[in-house]
Order: sequence, then C-alpha cells, then structure tokens
Amino acid sequence: MAAEEHSPLAQFEIKPLVSLRLGDLDLSYTNSALFMTIAMVLAASFLLLATRRSALVPGRWQSMAEISYEFVANMIRDNVGQEGRKYFPFIFSLFMFVLFGNLLGMIPYSFTYTSHIIVTFAMAAVVFIGVTVIGFKKHGLHFLSFLMPAGVPIFMAPLIVPIEILSYFTRPVSLSLRLFANMTAGHTMLKVFAGFVALLGVFGVVPLLLVAALTGMELIIAFLQAYVFTILTCVYLNDALHLH
Amino acid sequence: MPQFDTSTFLPQLFWLAIIFVLLFVIMRRHALPRISDILEARQLRITSDLEKAGGLKEEADQVMADYEKALAETRTQATALIKQAGEEMAAENTKRQQAIAADLAAKTKAAEARIAAAKDEALAGLKAVAADTARAATAKLIGIEPQAEQVQQAVAKAMGGRG
Repeated sequence: MAAEEHSPLAQFEIKPLVSLRLGDLDLSYTNSALFMTIAMVLAASFLLLATRRSALVPGRWQSMAEISYEFVANMIRDNVGQEGRKYFPFIFSLFMFVLFGNLLGMIPYSFTYTSHIIVTFAMAAVVFIGVTVIGFKKHGLHFLSFLMPAGVPIFMAPLIVPIEILSYFTRPVSLSLRLFANMTAGHTMLKVFAGFVALLGVFGVVPLLLVAALTGMELIIAFLQAYVFTILTCVYLNDALHLH
Repeated sequence: MPQFDTSTFLPQLFWLAIIFVLLFVIMRRHALPRISDILEARQLRITSDLEKAGGLKEEADQVMADYEKALAETRTQATALIKQAGEEMAAENTKRQQAIAADLAAKTKAAEARIAAAKDEALAGLKAVAADTARAATAKLIGIEPQAEQVQQAVAKAMGGRG
C-alpha cells in the first residue's frame, strides 16, 4: 500500500472521514464530500459577502460577483434566449459548482471531486434527463422530430434516426467524460512531473518549471472545462426548447 | 483507478445531491436575487440619470435658444437705434450747414452793400474833390475862376458817368 500511496492516482482516492451507514447503504462523509462542502460554502459566501453592501458602484468583490452573474446570464441569453432565463439559477449553480471544484483541486493536497466520473456523470445525467423532460413537456411527442432534422429526405430516415438517437444518448457520456478526463489527466500529469522533480535531484529544475507551466495551464483548463460544461448544458437546453 | 471503485459511488452521489441542492437553494433564494437587484437598480439609476440629463440638456438648449433670440432682437434694436441716430445726426448736420450757409450769404450781402455804399461815398467825395481841384487848377492856369456849376458839369462829363 506504501507504493500505492505515492502513485499519481493516489490523489483520487476516496477516503471516508465520517462513516455513515444506513442499513446496507454506505453514505459516509468522504474527502470528496468535504471538498464539495468547501466549494459550496466558498461559492455561497463569495456571492453573498461580495454583494453584502449592494453598492451602486461596485467594489472589487462585488464586481467579480456581478461578472460571474453576467457571464452565465449572457451565456444563456446567447445560446438559449429569453426562455432560458427560467433555468438560470440551475445553470449558474452548475457553473459555480464545477468551477469551484476544478479550482479547489488546483490547491496541493486537495481533492478534485470533478475528477470522479460518477460525480460528473451524475451532473451530466441530471442535465440530460432534465433537458429531455423539458423538451417533451414543451413539444409533446413532436419533440421526437428532433431525431429527424428538417429538410432530410424521408428515405434517409432509417439512417439518420439511429444516428441522431445515438448522438443524443452520447451527450451525457461525452459531457461527463470530458470533464472527468480533463481533470484526471491534468492532475495525474502534474503529479507525475512533480514526482520527477524529487527523482532528478538538481536536474529536477526542468520538471519543476514544467510543473509551474502546467499548473498555469491547468488553471485555464479548470475554468475552461467549467465553461464548456455550462455552455453545452445551454446548447442542449436550447435544442430541447427550440428543437433544431 | 480509484474513480472506478463502485463502492465509492453511493456516498459521493448522496453528498453530491445534498450539497448541490443546498448550493442551488442558496443561489436561487439569496445570492442571485441580490445580484439581479443590484444590476436592476443600477440599470434604473442609469436610465433615470440619462433621462434627467436629457431633460437638463433640453432645458439648456431652450435657455440657449432664448439667449440667441434675445441677442438677435437686441442686435436688430441696436442697429435700428444706430440708423436712427445716424439719420438724426445727418439731418442736424444739413440743417446746421444750411443755417451757416444762409448766415454766410447774409453776411456777404451785407458786406457787399457796405462796400458799395463806401464806394459811392468815396466816389461822391471824389467828384467834389475833383471839382475843387479843377477850379483851383483853372484859376491858377488861366486866372479865371470858373463857375462852380460849370466845373461840376465838366467833371461829370470827364468822369463819363463813372461815379
């Protein structure tokens, strides 16, 4: 187990902090849950404290809170339109949750809950199911016409419809895999290069510089992946509301 | 990979659900309304300020237009006044010139009359002097004292009505 402790994958291990069992069910409060809690508290206090004074002319923190608000609001307006306003709180929470999860993971010795496929898949599944339900609610069975784009000759249907169905059901998979893979790969790579620093002694400077550069890149990826996750949610929502 | 250890799925999902719902509720109930209120208030303030500025600008424009109008009016008034004054002065001038000219003409006339009178007087004097001189000269030359009347006639004849 000692070797396992220092493997680049050790950082992804789930460790129960408070054991909790409900019958046969394991509901332990783990390091993953701890960092989710930290992210939630940070996101909530950031937005609530920054806007505490509700200044007409915003200070730095309030500006940041307003910028995050408008960033997501503009994303929804551009990709979904007016009808998307209803889903703004959910999409904003999603963005914040993923962004803070990704950024928290950049702190050494912390845990990145977005590097776990089950977490990203759960979020993607909620988005997928929610969007599908919204689509059926809005268009009824007409929503199925989504699988047969307008203007395609009818004899193409046997080919197009299965492709569209496949692509539709790959959405949650790609949505969750993208985030999970980016986070896992980035953190593993960082860990591997950081390991070289110690192994190479004096020449460890080279991987050290590389790690520094990669950390900067990972920060960008942390933001970018949160953005991608959110914007794809918007795109799917738009498809459900407006079909193709 | 620890990510594929299915025994960790349930606790992660359980806490994910709880924490995400909590975050969602905080965002929806507290954080987002506050930010949207701030943005709305700012938008309102900006709109109202812009409106106010527009009103003030209109007012300023009105004042400016009034000012321009008053200025133009004053200008025309001043021009009229200047014109009138000029005319008055010109009239005064011609009147004075006429008066002076008349005065001069009168004075010239008077002087001429005086000159003529003096000339007449002088000429009258001249006749008497000429007659006396002629008588004295005649008496000296020929020893005959001519009659005063004769001499006078002779002088008048010599002068040929010039006096």
